[in-house]
Amino acid sequence: MRADYVNLVNTHIIPVEFTYHAPETLEEALKLLREYQGQARIIAGGTDLIVDIKLRRKEPKHIISLSRIRELDYIIEEDSGVRIGAATKLRSIEKSRIVYERFEALHQAVKSIASIQVRNMGTLVGNICNASPAADSAPPLLIYDAIVTAQNLEGSRKIMMRNFFTGPGKTCLRDDEIVTEIFIPYPPRDSVSSFLKISRVGMDLAKVNIALLLKFNSNVVEDFRIALGAVAPTPLRIFRAEEYLKHKLLNEENLKKVEEIVSEEIKPITDVRSTEWYRREVSKTFVRDALNMAVNKMVIK
Amino acid sequence: MKIELIVNGARKIVDVEPNELLINVLREKLGLTGTKYGCGIGECGACTVMVDGEPVLSCLTLAVEVAGREITTIEGIAKDGQLDPIQEAFIEEGAIQCGYCTPGFIITAKALLNENRSPSREEIVEYIKGNLCRCTGYINIIKAIQKASEKITKNLYK
Repeated sequence: MRADYVNLVNTHIIPVEFTYHAPETLEEALKLLREYQGQARIIAGGTDLIVDIKLRRKEPKHIISLSRIRELDYIIEEDSGVRIGAATKLRSIEKSRIVYERFEALHQAVKSIASIQVRNMGTLVGNICNASPAADSAPPLLIYDAIVTAQNLEGSRKIMMRNFFTGPGKTCLRDDEIVTEIFIPYPPRDSVSSFLKISRVGMDLAKVNIALLLKFNSNVVEDFRIALGAVAPTPLRIFRAEEYLKHKLLNEENLKKVEEIVSEEIKPITDVRSTEWYRREVSKTFVRDALNMAVNKMVIK
Repeated sequence: MKIELIVNGARKIVDVEPNELLINVLREKLGLTGTKYGCGIGECGACTVMVDGEPVLSCLTLAVEVAGREITTIEGIAKDGQLDPIQEAFIEEGAIQCGYCTPGFIITAKALLNENRSPSREEIVEYIKGNLCRCTGYINIIKAIQKASEKITKNLYK
């Protein structure tokens, strides 16, 4: 999935041996994970894990598959939001009517991930557990204040999306925990959300991605949430920009200030996909474009 | 471990290692060399096959993960010696040059037309985003898929 991997090693075969487990229940999976704690990896779609194993970035002794656990494949509508299971494919989320209607930024983000083939394999939970700073589903989940459920043999705990990522490829999950679902609360009525990303070609990981949510009360901004990816060690909510714009008019002066705050708060790096300078500059433009997109949607509605 | 795969409609029992990829089982154990190995990391789509009718990448799929499922490769697209309309259209439109990416493209196009018989040009472009072709520049591939769509629709109303 990453351009910097290409042809560095022969990847025809998997050069690592492991034991494969295909539990049929979550309980069984949790037991296996405890038994092989520290040596096991969970596989849901494999589009990140298999690449990492091929390139020997990860060498698990045990692979525990979620693909036979039927109870983890669901999109359930509830009164306050939607629950998405750990084995639910990105493609199912892309096709989900409720996601399309209520979580526009998430729908757009999921649709923009890699290709049909990858979305038929990969899962939303896998996308966040892989914890790439550029994960396209992360900014939308951040602005919707999604809640991650992590479970081990003792029980489960809820983690706010904004506390989930701890660094590139790192999350606050413990060795014996499996993320079983993501709960996404419905955004406020009459709010709109948008998602944008820039990448070299369609299949690439993002140079920068952004999601935001906007709600007006007459002319004044009542709710504003903004998150960016690929511009810091983790996907980032920019709370300072949110606080600034709330209860203000969305005029040129305030927009400039929001752009400025965003470019101050992010900590981009230079890598194969982009330079630090470019990411800082494009983030400003992105804030403007995504806000325009949201305002346009509001007009259409 | 022994697993069962339904490959192009036929039941196959194969003995596989846990770290064996579906593409290698298809090519080396079942002799189905139509499926091609490209980048190996999910960028190029040359290894695309269908699992239960959905296009996936066989170079990133553990064979054990798809035990018991239905696999369709390029060898299973023609029926009774008769090319699929997509295959015919690829030939007629000159959508093939070196041919390496073609099996992947045809599988992806097949999945698209199964889902949506008359896709727009934009929908075709979006759907084949995960298949790379370094020869044709895609124009003739898109034309071929459009032509296949016409053939399929016409056949339906014959």
